[in-house]
Amino acid sequence: MSHDAHPQSFISKYVFSTDHKTIAKQYMITGLFMALFGGAAASAIRTQLAAVEPGGTGGFLDPQFYNSVVTMHGTVMVFWVAMPVLVAGFGNLLIPLMVGAEDMAFPKLNMASYWVFLLSTVVLLISPLVPGGGAAGGWTSYPPLAADPALSGVEWGITLWILAVALELVAFLMGGINFITTAINMRAPGMSMWDLPLFVWEEVAASIVFMLSVGPLIAGAVMLLLDHVAGTHFFDPKMGGDPVLFQHLFWFFGHPEVYVILFPAFGIVAEIITCHARKTLFGYKMTVWSVIATSLLSFVVWAHHQFIAGIDPKISIPFSVMTILISVPVAVGMFAFMATLYKGSIRFTSAMLFALGFFACFLLGGVTGIINGTAAADIYIHDSYYVVAHFHYTLYPLVFMAGPAGLYHWFPKMFGRFMNETLGKVHFWGSMVFFNLIFLPQFNLGMMGHNRRLAVPTNYEFLSTPEALLMQDISTWALFGLLAFQLPFVWNFFHSMFRGAVAPANPWNATTLEWQCPSPPPHGNFDTPPVVYRGPYEYSPEGDGPDFIAQNQPPEGQHEVPQNPLVSPHAAK
Amino acid sequence: MSHAHAAPLPEERTSTGVATGKVALWWFLASEVAIFGGLIMSYVVCRLAHPEWAEEAAHTVSAAGALNTVVLLTSSLFAVLAHSAATHGDMKKASNLLFATVGGGLVFLCVKAYEYHHEISEGFTPVASLFWGFYFFMTGLHGVHVVAGMTALTWAALKARKNEAPWAVEYTGMYWHLVDVIWIFLFPLVYLASAS
Amino acid sequence: MLHYLPFQLSSFAGDIDQVIRVIYYIVGTWFVAAEVILFWLIFGSRSKPGVRAAWLPGTGRAKWAVLAPVCAVLACDLIIEKASSPTWEYVKLDIPHPDVEVKIEARQFAWIFTYPGKDGILGTEDDLVAKELHVPVNKKVVFHLEAADVLHNFYVKDLRLKQDAVPGRSIKGWFDTNTEGTYEIACAEICGKGHTLMGSKLVVDSNEAYQSFLAAL
Repeated sequence: MSHDAHPQSFISKYVFSTDHKTIAKQYMITGLFMALFGGAAASAIRTQLAAVEPGGTGGFLDPQFYNSVVTMHGTVMVFWVAMPVLVAGFGNLLIPLMVGAEDMAFPKLNMASYWVFLLSTVVLLISPLVPGGGAAGGWTSYPPLAADPALSGVEWGITLWILAVALELVAFLMGGINFITTAINMRAPGMSMWDLPLFVWEEVAASIVFMLSVGPLIAGAVMLLLDHVAGTHFFDPKMGGDPVLFQHLFWFFGHPEVYVILFPAFGIVAEIITCHARKTLFGYKMTVWSVIATSLLSFVVWAHHQFIAGIDPKISIPFSVMTILISVPVAVGMFAFMATLYKGSIRFTSAMLFALGFFACFLLGGVTGIINGTAAADIYIHDSYYVVAHFHYTLYPLVFMAGPAGLYHWFPKMFGRFMNETLGKVHFWGSMVFFNLIFLPQFNLGMMGHNRRLAVPTNYEFLSTPEALLMQDISTWALFGLLAFQLPFVWNFFHSMFRGAVAPANPWNATTLEWQCPSPPPHGNFDTPPVVYRGPYEYSPEGDGPDFIAQNQPPEGQHEVPQNPLVSPHAAK
Repeated sequence: MSHAHAAPLPEERTSTGVATGKVALWWFLASEVAIFGGLIMSYVVCRLAHPEWAEEAAHTVSAAGALNTVVLLTSSLFAVLAHSAATHGDMKKASNLLFATVGGGLVFLCVKAYEYHHEISEGFTPVASLFWGFYFFMTGLHGVHVVAGMTALTWAALKARKNEAPWAVEYTGMYWHLVDVIWIFLFPLVYLASAS
Repeated sequence: MLHYLPFQLSSFAGDIDQVIRVIYYIVGTWFVAAEVILFWLIFGSRSKPGVRAAWLPGTGRAKWAVLAPVCAVLACDLIIEKASSPTWEYVKLDIPHPDVEVKIEARQFAWIFTYPGKDGILGTEDDLVAKELHVPVNKKVVFHLEAADVLHNFYVKDLRLKQDAVPGRSIKGWFDTNTEGTYEIACAEICGKGHTLMGSKLVVDSNEAYQSFLAAL
């Protein structure tokens, strides 16, 4: 291929690269850097909550600054950590490799997507530094608070915040084009949609759900921006505007967004448990259909964030029913993964431990959601620490358990070297213990009635009880424990990049195509373009042969290439 | 490095038989529909809550809007004819027809500029009320798409003149149809909804 | 966890607690069962020398191993909705005839409570304004919740009541009380830098004390 003939300069190889693997690393490292920022915000929040004393004294953060830190923590963790690491990072790394392609369908567009994302990152990081401080209306930025500087005290911070979020959404729309086109149109000869690894299906679903849900929010974000800078009245109640309209636009995106993050994480976990349990995925097609059903349902549940927000109480019950029903397709996926473990042969690698830990924790996140999804219970639970605990029990395992699981698993493919397994296990057990210690007490705080986003909760007597203070203290100390146990990971990640044990092409004896090319794959990925003869998870097939058969391994006695519409309209002309 | 059979370039592969560029274009059009869909739904919800907007909507120039509808539909017809010419290999004719489409866009923008001038001079600015905020935002965003479409069409027409990028005739035409369809929704909702 | 639920001041506090309790036990059972099975699967499926994993693609009738428990999940979902929606209707839809009517206005960062004056009608000139919410015990109170500037949320944990206040709207709701005493009102929707300070008091008076409170306004 022609591009192999030219040696690439440092700039074109590592900076302005169109190679999907480099772009994946750029997304991941940007995401991990932003995780430090989000973690620092979390430390500030938790330290403040442990430092305040009964009577509303103590604490070291100004309430306005506290609100700003809370806003930044949520925004960063969802849009600048979960999205780049799970959706863009792993998606870019794995989709072309898993479908047997040389690169994404539109490599330059892919590069542009990252640079728009990086621009959005810079804008976001600048936003708290301008006069007036950063956005301080929560990550949802509901108007009128977010639209009017006279009410919020925030001038340019909110403008830059909206701009950053809008740019970030555009970057992911651009990225999504590549995910879809590559997955459906660049598959290797012989590879049908039903031969795609589940991860690719999950990324396709995530991209479609994202694209269909984000449009209204982009419109809403521009309207909010216009209200803020141009003086229009879209959400201004004094001129007939409706603040609740923004909530609808936000959550029409905001709830499907949960599944945009969930799908890639489920995909990562599916690849890891099949490989490290040496088992074929239980009910592959059923699981794919459950993903499709979840995608569809995710569009009709958004108002469960607004049960008591002033919407017509009559529509709450249908939304509540839909919300609860989404547990059905998600349960199909979870149970199928659990059934995959049955009669397996599990190797407890760091990747597998994180994948299993993900299940153990995400289960609690899932079941606790039933309480807030029920309209009657939400009257009390809404905007309480119970909700905080619930969504951290979903998002933390998705991002910080499935994410590291993927990193430990695919690190040899990305860098041609292993991460250290001992440090990986220290990272896992430490994170597992302290994560639970942070958020279990917050369920109790929620039941006591602790409402959210209070800089000084001890202004209230009911939040100054010894139990409440104890829960806050446990949660805070556990956070520092959790952060301490991320240090071995950070060291492991960067040290192993250069000094880790050298990894072969297929260190885990895996079946999917990304393991059938060199580690790390060169520009152009495959030495010979792969041809696919079988499904993605042929682990431990019946008989006495090897315990895995790669997707590109021909059946006994077959040598001819299967017919496949590998025809180009351009080549044909 | 040499291969027994060199793989086609990434963007030239197609497992489904549909050109990858077209899949990407459909994706792009769908995301545009989602953006305008959200905006139009927001407008409709507010409109139903505010029957008094009928009076404000009466200040729009319905005749100009109707003229623009005809102009856009005609320009879309030129885009269809351009595609037809390109498939028959007559790139010169396709190029001319694309320029005719661009001309339609230009007429549209002139009429729109007249309307904006007329409305603003009567005091109906984007900040005058919620209705005018929606009016200017929706038609303005649509106008941005018209300009983007004209730019793309001009590029495709120049390429076609040099007998290059025949696919661009079809792709830019598809985009122009979307711009047209969005207008078909905006016109009755914004201009004609004054009839009640 | 459930023993942290606060005092049940309103007639629906017990209903809401009951909804939470029912769901807690249903999903708690699922959670414990799933974790036990998960750990059993992990422990039982650990790699052993010479033992090869089984080939179980989960097609055909085998997929009911997953679908059967999923049907049970569906049944539980429907039970939960059936059991909980009457409570939602009782609290938010079936607003009773008021014994006392009061307008609650939220603004950055205070609560203002307006009672009808002698004419018994809100929004007339003889309305009475208070900084704390006094209500007579055992009476049904209907409130009209308004916001002057941004979103707020009227929240009294002992009532198990949260309701957003939205500028431009007047949202009608109700509660009753069963015990005299003083309870805390909080804002539960971020409303700016004073959000954390936006508390007030709900004072449940005897009928006599309530009358003298009104007389003193």
